[in-house]
Amino acid sequence: MSIPNQVDMYKRRKRRTAKNKLFHALFFAATTIGLIVLVMLIYRVLSQGMGSLSWDFIRNFAAPYPEEAGLLAGIIGSLYLMVIVALCSIIIGIATAIYLEEYAKKGRLTSFIQMNIQNLAGVPSVVFGLLGLTFFVYVLDFGYSLLTGGLTMSLLVLPIIVVASQEALRSVPGELKEASAAMGASKWQTIFRVILPAALPGMVTGSILALSRAIGETAPLLIVGAATAIYSLPDSALDSYTVMPIQIYSWISKPGDEWPLLAAAGIIILLIILLIMNAIAVYIRNKFQRRY
Amino acid sequence: MTTLAKPVVNKQVEKKPMEKNSVFEVTNLNLWYGADQALYDITMNIAENEITAIIGPSGCGKSTFIKTLNRMVEMVPIVKTSGSIKYNEENIFDSGYSVEDLRTKVGMVFQKPNPFPKSIYDNVAYGPRIHGIKKKKDLDIIVEKSLKDAALWEEVKDRLGENAYGLSGGQQQRLCIARCLAIEPDVILMDEPTSALDPISTLKVEELVQNLREKYSIVIVTHNMQQAARISDKTAFFLNGELVEFSDTNHLFSNPDDKRTEDYITGRFG
Repeated sequence: MSIPNQVDMYKRRKRRTAKNKLFHALFFAATTIGLIVLVMLIYRVLSQGMGSLSWDFIRNFAAPYPEEAGLLAGIIGSLYLMVIVALCSIIIGIATAIYLEEYAKKGRLTSFIQMNIQNLAGVPSVVFGLLGLTFFVYVLDFGYSLLTGGLTMSLLVLPIIVVASQEALRSVPGELKEASAAMGASKWQTIFRVILPAALPGMVTGSILALSRAIGETAPLLIVGAATAIYSLPDSALDSYTVMPIQIYSWISKPGDEWPLLAAAGIIILLIILLIMNAIAVYIRNKFQRRY
Repeated sequence: MTTLAKPVVNKQVEKKPMEKNSVFEVTNLNLWYGADQALYDITMNIAENEITAIIGPSGCGKSTFIKTLNRMVEMVPIVKTSGSIKYNEENIFDSGYSVEDLRTKVGMVFQKPNPFPKSIYDNVAYGPRIHGIKKKKDLDIIVEKSLKDAALWEEVKDRLGENAYGLSGGQQQRLCIARCLAIEPDVILMDEPTSALDPISTLKVEELVQNLREKYSIVIVTHNMQQAARISDKTAFFLNGELVEFSDTNHLFSNPDDKRTEDYITGRFG
């Protein structure tokens, strides 16, 4: 191999630097596209919705006239729904994750379950709506109620919570489990006193993110019969209900120039609630993050 | 998953005159990780209130062996064993034998210091708490005594509430020893306890181990032959999963019976 002379080296170096710059610019452009879309989206929503945003908008029920209509039923409905979803899916999800990570023998059955949970996390939400319709509405006869909607949503986010909790459990160093087991702790004592405290921040963060996915979902709730316009708050879990995204969806599809503006105002409220939930998740993650 | 060999009935094992009782009687122990055999036919007695060192090159099975004594090796799910280990006359592989009880009596200190992400106090109190001691007064006494026995009390007595991760590596390892002492075991297994420590911390831990011999039986795995020679009463030399030689430390290091032992301790391999 001959050593290239100085001129060649110089040319080559120039070419390499140019190539580097080109790719730098390309990647930056790709990032910018996403940002531009986001900024446009927020700008459009804000410019359309800010005008309709008022306390009355949050306090009022749906109404036949846009100037009187409000999001109250949707906000409260969404909050109730979240309570049901949180109770069902977080408890079952974390318990499932603990079983799979700590108790289940690694074998064909476990990896089969594992694979299916991961697949479930990717199933389109409409499919969960159909499942909810068949099972909760018809088989269990819960009707088109808040309970049906909550349970359907729980199924939707359950796999996400299981996977996130498993990640959190796996990140607990094995040495800590060994240290506990070597002192004669039973498996449950080790889980309760060592593993859970270390894994909880990750689990909570994952669960909140899963809940914020549920709060924005529309499709499955349309199928299990959330009402589009409702003039009272649900009295019980078996009452009819509506949620924010459904109200927004129904306003957008109404004729007239003012309804879409109202929908934009609804989107702002939804975004604010989502941001708050994500902020809580980030806060918990940062506050309780441990170093090992 | 444990398969038990039938007890040998007629073959009386010749007993050497022993001045001390055995805490562990290991008989024909074989161990497999899946299809790979890691221990071959180990038979040895570990005496009470002595320090038994286990030496050998990497991968010779010494860590596996020590982890078998408190069945920690079963944390790896594919492990299979045959043969028997009697701890105080009872076979620890018997189906009814409680691993939790065994590990309460046979404590362990690991290679890498592994304190919990809790306060110093809570680390030491962990063991007593899981065994049902709840009263603050009782716990206080145990924590102080354990930390004193582990020669750490003077360094940490003013900051028991601080996180254990703030301690140095050597202090963390002595904390782990204190944590182990707090459950009042009979035997302490140490798996290369000084390999992650600096020379001064190593010295402190070695002194500590010497002092603990009065009350405890200690089995210590070490990479460091000088360490074995310095602190132990008996030494076992493992090679490729076999127990090559097991005798008094002085004898093994000055006048080994086996050629392979001699090669190893004179640094010809390993």
